[in-house]
Amino acid sequence: MAYQAGEFDVVVVGAGHAGIEASLAAARMGAKTVMLTMNPDMVGFMYCNPSIGGPAKGIVVREIDALGGEMARAIDATYIQMKMLNTSKGPAVRALRAQADKFEYQNRMKKALEDEPNLLLRQALVEHLLIEDGKCVGVVTNTGAEYRAKAVIVTTGTFMRGKIIIGELSYESGPNNQMPSVNLSKHLEELGLELARFKTGTPPRIDGKTIDYSKTEIQPGDDVALPFSYETTEMITEQIPCWLTYTSERTHRIIDENLHRSPMFSGMIKGTGPRYCPSIEDKVVRFNDKPRHQIFLEPEGRDTEEIYVQGLSTSLPEDVQHDMLRSIPGLEKAEMMRPGYAIEYDAVVPTQLWPTLETKKIEGLFTAGQINGTSGYEEAAGQGIMAGINATLKVQGKDPLILSRSQGYIGVMIDDLVTKGTNEPYRLLTSRAEYRLLLRHDNADLRLTDIGHEIGLISEERHARLGAKKDEIAREMKRLEKTIIKPSAELTARFEALGMAPLKEAVQAATLLKRPEASYALIAEVAPAPVALSIEAAEQVEIQVKYAGYIDKQLDQVERMMKMEQKRIPERIDYDAIQGLAMEAKQKLNQVRPLSIGQASRISGVNPADVSILLVYIEQGQYALISESE
Amino acid sequence: MMEFDTIAAISTPMGEGAIAIVRLSGTQAVTIADHVYRGANRLIDVPTHTIHYGKLVDRETDQVVDEVMVSVMRAPKTFTREDVVELNCHGGLVAVNRVLELILEQPGVRLAEPGEFTKRAFLNGRIDLSQAEAVMDLIRAKTDRAMTVALGQMEGRLSRLVNELRQQLLETIAAVEVNIDYPEYDAEEMTQAIIRDKAGDVRRVLGELLSTARQGKILREGLSTAIIGRPNVGKSSLLNTLVQEAKAIVTDIAGTTRDTIEEYVNVRGVPLKLVDTAGIRETEDIVERIGVEKSRQALKSADLVLLVLNGNDELTPEDELLFDAIEGMNAIIIVNKSDLEQKVDLGRVRERADGRPVVTTSLLEEAGVNDLEQAIAALFFEKGVESKDMTYVSNARHIQLIKQSSKMIEDALDAAENGMPIDMVQIDLRRAWDTLGEINGDTVQESLIDQLFSQFCLGK
Repeated sequence: MAYQAGEFDVVVVGAGHAGIEASLAAARMGAKTVMLTMNPDMVGFMYCNPSIGGPAKGIVVREIDALGGEMARAIDATYIQMKMLNTSKGPAVRALRAQADKFEYQNRMKKALEDEPNLLLRQALVEHLLIEDGKCVGVVTNTGAEYRAKAVIVTTGTFMRGKIIIGELSYESGPNNQMPSVNLSKHLEELGLELARFKTGTPPRIDGKTIDYSKTEIQPGDDVALPFSYETTEMITEQIPCWLTYTSERTHRIIDENLHRSPMFSGMIKGTGPRYCPSIEDKVVRFNDKPRHQIFLEPEGRDTEEIYVQGLSTSLPEDVQHDMLRSIPGLEKAEMMRPGYAIEYDAVVPTQLWPTLETKKIEGLFTAGQINGTSGYEEAAGQGIMAGINATLKVQGKDPLILSRSQGYIGVMIDDLVTKGTNEPYRLLTSRAEYRLLLRHDNADLRLTDIGHEIGLISEERHARLGAKKDEIAREMKRLEKTIIKPSAELTARFEALGMAPLKEAVQAATLLKRPEASYALIAEVAPAPVALSIEAAEQVEIQVKYAGYIDKQLDQVERMMKMEQKRIPERIDYDAIQGLAMEAKQKLNQVRPLSIGQASRISGVNPADVSILLVYIEQGQYALISESE
Repeated sequence: MMEFDTIAAISTPMGEGAIAIVRLSGTQAVTIADHVYRGANRLIDVPTHTIHYGKLVDRETDQVVDEVMVSVMRAPKTFTREDVVELNCHGGLVAVNRVLELILEQPGVRLAEPGEFTKRAFLNGRIDLSQAEAVMDLIRAKTDRAMTVALGQMEGRLSRLVNELRQQLLETIAAVEVNIDYPEYDAEEMTQAIIRDKAGDVRRVLGELLSTARQGKILREGLSTAIIGRPNVGKSSLLNTLVQEAKAIVTDIAGTTRDTIEEYVNVRGVPLKLVDTAGIRETEDIVERIGVEKSRQALKSADLVLLVLNGNDELTPEDELLFDAIEGMNAIIIVNKSDLEQKVDLGRVRERADGRPVVTTSLLEEAGVNDLEQAIAALFFEKGVESKDMTYVSNARHIQLIKQSSKMIEDALDAAENGMPIDMVQIDLRRAWDTLGEINGDTVQESLIDQLFSQFCLGK
């Protein structure tokens, strides 16, 4: 029987990494929010690797934190190992990666949801959306509960029509044998949303007590663990190592001999899998000249013996998985606790979304996370916070927040998704960002915290701290321009000790800092600031002075891009009425409906001549609009 | 595509003409022109809508490129409503190209896209709204033609080479990217030294490309044309006819032309760099022998050979040797002295011409010159060169892009040399890869991602 379960500003369907950030952002911005999940015990569960961060992804976690999200704080409180990656490279590509205690992490997240005053956490299986006048005004659950809302955010991950495949076995299921969501997927299709079928997979888990670690290499964390969150002041100090081993010749032979039983090759799996996360059978087939593949053994938490076997994602039959594991050095006696599996699921084709993550077809309906064709907890959380923010801004009658490609990896990701779409599960890579040097992990707060404050997710106190940091940086940059360092015998000796060429003439401190072998620490030593800088400010000064040439080059590119981004395209413009546009361009423009000339120019199939024509057409001021009835 | 930056292009029709105009438009137009201009006043100081005499100088080499009259017109009362500078320089494809290239070498200016001056005029409100559609047609039409030309060149050596170079760069870039995006993956760590080797290779080939690309060479230097023939068959008369200026000594004593003389001429829009050669024959005279040696060299590097025969004489073994020497080259056979009795075996001449044009002239009486000019133009334009305008645009564009890429790779190499982190070095490598891609119009971010996953076995 249908009944009224309440009226809300925002309903969030799903409690994974996207749902959490969406709910918290909405509630913290003042929206009355309800979060519906099939199983409240699985809030924020890490269904695949027990790890957060990495190149690009780790920067997204910092961006979420800079906007006032939860992920960074949660992982700082529950990590078991922390590593700063790419330290031998430049500042643009450094990133943190943490191994998580996945159970602690989800408990921490559930508590954060429970503690949020404006937020209600409920067990419910959503089957339908309530649609009135083409707008989404709520959801209906399988128990008949009607939740009415001004905006609905769907974050169903891999649950929609999920299907698990292990060798010859396949059955309808969400990840980790959770119940799948079947009716909602059908319903979205009936509402006219185009769905894609994607596939992903996970490796087996084994009992850590049965591993012979002496045959593996230890992979410790950093001596000093740095936090993800700009607000974390204290970190757990005890870390747990990971272990590295390799597949053997025998592993590859076992795979070869059993390929005919692999659902990937037998044609049983129809969904498109990600290239960056191939199964071990895929790797062996495609790179058959590589004699061995890396296998990382990662603990799933402090209070469990279960070990995640990174590198061995597979959908081969259980008995083959068992043999494969035992062919790996160190795992000769390993006991498998859970087999690896492939999972197929429905995703929404993301070009159907506005850059706010609201669907174009149904006003008030937002989607975020893996349902939009991405993969990864960080990608999901990044979309989640943006969907939560934009749903709330819409409810509050305010302008949407769209991050540009030069403001953050979150902006790059969403722009890629809604402009280009994706034909495989989308993962963020630093290579996807054209302004990588501007999107550093160290400056996420400088890029985004003002915005977080403006929309009400960052406290006054934190905002003031950021202001002080900015002043500190600016003051020191100015001082380094004005301070002249003169050559002296003492200085020459000091430089010699560091293996540096001596000064030939007096130079600005800033110029000296630009030398590749010079550090801010050295400057602070030979020309100290009146008040010593904080570590964070010193890092900024060093990067901003040292790489000024490259940073300026990228800022110049950004400025040019912004001119195109600022040229808006009317929402209901009728592309079919524009003479001179190529056929393919018309089709693509109709599909994507870009908001700006800049976005239009990034659509594949829309060439520069089409963009010029569009520009001229819009500038002339009289354009045909498609009728409202459509 | 960028708005409001400074653009430049040749604004007069290509081909013959006493004067050609290179036009600049944009906020930096005056500063950029001023940088290469040497005259009584600095252009940045002169009043608007004035014209000035001076020279254009390549600041790097201190060479005078051309004598010009420069019009300075400041916004808003200009065609585009932006600052506009017009450089009135000497006509002819070669001269005006040099001026445009000099301008494009300056930072902050780029070659205008087809119809872009008009487009700007429109966007800045200079042109009536009713003309919008015409502007769009113009953009479409010109771009389509540019595409055709570009596609034609796709089959050419240049395009193939560019594709190869891009692939080489892409593999290097992907090898760096894999270290960045998968820091723990067991791929070879790309070091500055490896990058230096690989990028150094690409830069070297780009350098060679710039000096050898036929199209580019023609633009910069004209079509290198050698005039050959036995002594006293009328080579210098031919040169004089084409140049219409007595540069070489014309006598009827064999062996009086001792130096190769270079002269630029414009034959129906085809830029020729004429090389008159001393008579090719065995000689004991030392002075002349040097001339002969030079002639053989000139012949080797020629894009086009004009072989002059004496119609008043039978074919000699020397003529046959000359035919041997030009086998497989672009050539026009000129049977001169048609005013005298014809003793030459025309059948044999045609046989040896092997399908290449044969033209009969009397250079003394200026007969047949028209036929010769037509033959030259036909030879040039029928070689897939559809329109003078577009050929020129795409060529200058290619040269420009190759130069830019070369410079970016140099920046990358410098950075590697100076110990910059690898991801910084990468910035310029990627720009170079992007820029080269503009030659055949494919710069897609996806290619890098594709390369990454096909080159390396990645994932958890």
